[in-house]
This record gives sequence, structure tokens and C-alpha cells, in this order.
Amino acid sequence: MAVKEDALARIANPETKVFWEAAARGRLLLPKCTSCGRFHWYPRRVCPHCASTSIEMHAAKGTGEVYSYSIMRRAKVPYAIAYVRLSEGTTMMTNIVDCAFEDIRVGMPVKLVFKDSAEGYPLPMFTKA
Amino acid sequence: MSIKGQAYIAGAYEHPTRKAPDSSLAQLHAEVALGALADAGLSIRDVEGYFCAGDAPGMGPMSMVDYLNLKVRHVDATDTGGTSYLIHVAHAAQAIAAGKCDVALVTLAGRPRSEGQATGTAVRPLNPNQPDTAFESPFGPALANMYGMVARRHMHEFGTTSEQLAWIKVAASHHAQYNPNAMLRDVVTVDDVLNSPIIADPLHRLDCCVISDGGGAVIVVRPEIARSLKRPLVKLIGAGESVKGQLGGDVDLTYTGAARSGAAAFQEAGVKPSDIQYASIYDSFTITVLIQLEDLGFCEKGQGGRFVADGNLISGTGKLPFNTDGGGLCNNHPANRGGMTKIIEAVRQLRGEAHPKVQVPDCRLALAQGTGGSLGTRHANATLILERE
Repeated sequence: MAVKEDALARIANPETKVFWEAAARGRLLLPKCTSCGRFHWYPRRVCPHCASTSIEMHAAKGTGEVYSYSIMRRAKVPYAIAYVRLSEGTTMMTNIVDCAFEDIRVGMPVKLVFKDSAEGYPLPMFTKA
Repeated sequence: MSIKGQAYIAGAYEHPTRKAPDSSLAQLHAEVALGALADAGLSIRDVEGYFCAGDAPGMGPMSMVDYLNLKVRHVDATDTGGTSYLIHVAHAAQAIAAGKCDVALVTLAGRPRSEGQATGTAVRPLNPNQPDTAFESPFGPALANMYGMVARRHMHEFGTTSEQLAWIKVAASHHAQYNPNAMLRDVVTVDDVLNSPIIADPLHRLDCCVISDGGGAVIVVRPEIARSLKRPLVKLIGAGESVKGQLGGDVDLTYTGAARSGAAAFQEAGVKPSDIQYASIYDSFTITVLIQLEDLGFCEKGQGGRFVADGNLISGTGKLPFNTDGGGLCNNHPANRGGMTKIIEAVRQLRGEAHPKVQVPDCRLALAQGTGGSLGTRHANATLILERE
């Protein structure tokens, strides 16, 4: 996936550039604190759990389950937004795709799939595992 | 230092308009300011403290102070969305207690209806400098689907139903029928709510608040001034505020910051939920009410659905009369910020000035609860406990 610099500039800042550059190569990176050993979300350079600044990025397993979801019916093209609790224990906002809305359930196992967005950068989304 | 008994709400005014295509934003702020001052029996020259949030035009308090030509010695433009005005009342009490002002004015106004805002369904814009938005906005978080996720998780964990949520709207509509200014005055049934279109699962159109123009203002004063005025004495006896977010990724949608703001306010006031005779509860959506009632301790966590069902929030028949003006669900949600009207109706109840059909008999203790931002992501809560002296 080729991502133009200007597309990255619209979404990334100096703190998150490494995440979005990896996403452009189809990799979901998760920030993990080397002090307390916990993952967090969204990515930042200060651990929200222990305030350490020793953060490393790890490739996500790409699996998890739906924590909650909602189908936006009032959009031109209805879509499913969700919080997915990743196998690493942290929870991220995402879309559930390639799956009938009626099949989505809280607790449903899901797996990672990158989708190109209209804005020009790939986004980590999830589909039924 | 406690703010208990340090300040009184001496003036309260809700703009009668719900659609103001021919008024400017600054004009609406000025009109509600003058309305609240007249209600208190004070003049614009008495105002020493001015409080406003992001709905005010210009940078912080400056444009409105200049527009009204106020001579202030204390300002505060804390913006926590729809709950800002409850926090302003608490901060005004702190400023009064500290001698920073004797008469404080708090205003709210907006024109989202005239401006055609798609308030609940518009996706928040992405700004790379706002650390969360890049990881959220591309997925389409609006207000309706964020609160939809809160409702969905509550249903999953506690068995809450759409019928139970609908009862909150039904109760609000029972109250709104007596409010001549309410945007929606028709009494609705549980079936009406369930048969209205889904906006964002599991929330229906009638689970959502109105979009209205208008505003409101309150005047907070030192006790000596309150006693010199001719209005019933409405005393602030407890306040709490909190901000809750995604907890570093430990997202938990089953409770809100109201758990902390409420506990702080009850502790300061020295009262408990069962003492409260009337409650204004922020009602951007029906789920907003249900989850805050639990967090405030009006019922056990997870029991909110049972608590609100069967008309338990309807004044005169239910155990906890709430939002007797019709609330944001039926009456008014000016500037997409419902906190001010929550304070105003609590003041009306304590003064005995609510509509006779919804007035709580001898109402001496009331609570006002606000939410700002989004319960699905990051939000602020504030609680005020008010007593008629």
C-alpha cells in the first residue's frame, strides 16, 4: 500500500508517525510500557498506566473480541463502529467490516484486516474470526 | 474549605425560544444574562464574575464581557461541554468563598437548529494535534453511535432493554406536556419510542434529545446578597466534578464519571440519594439518564433499567421525579449543551415555581447532574446538590 506523505501528514503527528508508517505497510503496532509491562491504547509516548516514558512498539497478534458496537443507520452508507478488546488486553476503537451487521455480537471473536480509507491511508479494522 | 452554604443561586432564566434564526449568538447570551439578573432583582452593574464555556463567541469570556461591557474582577471559561455550567456554579461558589466576587453570572446560548447542525450523527473532525482523534475519527464516531455503544454494553452486562430505556423518554414527555415552551409536547408511549427509526443501534430517534436554539443563565451570589433579595433562597450545599476517559485502553462503558462527581457532592452536602426529592439528570440520550442514576446511587449498578421502568421518573406517581421541564429529550437542549437547563429546573422546583402539574410538594432538596463530551469516549460529569433554605 503506497501512502502519500500528505495523507500521512493529515493523520500523524511526531508522536504517532511510527504507528501510521507501519500501518501503511499493513502492520498494527501496539505501544507497550517497558516499566509496567502493560499495553495501552491509543499510542502515546507516556504510559497512561504508570507515567513511564519507556514505550516500545510491538506487532499486534491481530485478534480480539467485540467489547461493544453500534450500527450507524443514519449515515449515507451505514457502518459498524466498535470497541475491540485485543488479545493483548487493550481496547481500541475500530470498524467491523466484511460481516453482516446482524451477525455482530458483543464477545464475537474478530481478526485484523487493513482497509484503505478514502483519506488515503490504511486503517486497522476487524472482521469476524 | 467546603463550598457548602457559601453561595446561593439567586437568579435563573431559560430563554423561551427554541428556534432563533433572527438572533445572533452574542445577543442570545446577553438576553439570558439580562433575564437571570432581572429574575434575581440585580442589575448588570452588579456582576463581578463572569463564567462561560465554548458556546460563547470569541476567545473565552472576553467577547461577552466586552459586548455587555461588564466590570469583572473574576472570570472562568472552563469548557467541559454540556456539563460546563454546573462546574461554573461550583467554581463561582469557590470564587465567592475566596472573596474573588460577590455576584457571578453564568451564561449559555447557541443556535444549532438554525445553523442546521447534524448534532448527533456528524463525525468528529480529525485533528492530528488532538491525540485521540487520529485513532477514532476515521472510524466514524458521532454522538449517537458512541452512546449506542454504551447502551449496547449495558444491555450485554445487565440485561437492560430498549423498553426500559424508552420509559425515560415517556416520563420526560409526561412532563413536557405542561411546558408551553417545550419543543416536543406530545405524550409518547414505550411503543412510540420503539417504533421510531433506529439512529444508531440500539438507540431510536426518540432515545435522542432535541436540537434546539436558545440558552439560559444563572446568577450565583454571596449569602448576604441572597438574603437581601426577594427570591426564595436556593443554597448550594455540595458539588463534585470529574473527567473520565478510556483509561489508557481499559475501556469500561458500564459506568461514568458521575460515580465520582456524585460521591463528592453527596459527601460535601452530607446527604444521601434517598434524601433527594427532585433530580435533574442530563439526558442527551435515554441511556445517559439510566447510567448516571446508577452511578449517583439512586439504584444499584445494573438495576437502572428496572428503576426507570413503569413511570418511576414521572412526577406525582414515580419515586424519583426527574426533568420536570421535559428535559433535553422533549423540552430544550440549547447549544447542544443541556447542563444549564438542568440547573434551572432544579431551581424552579426548589422555589416551588415548576408547573403545578409537575411541582414536587415542599421540594427542599434537589440534585442537578451534568454530562459533557461523550460517554463513549471521554467525558466530564458534574453534580450539584441544592437546598431550599
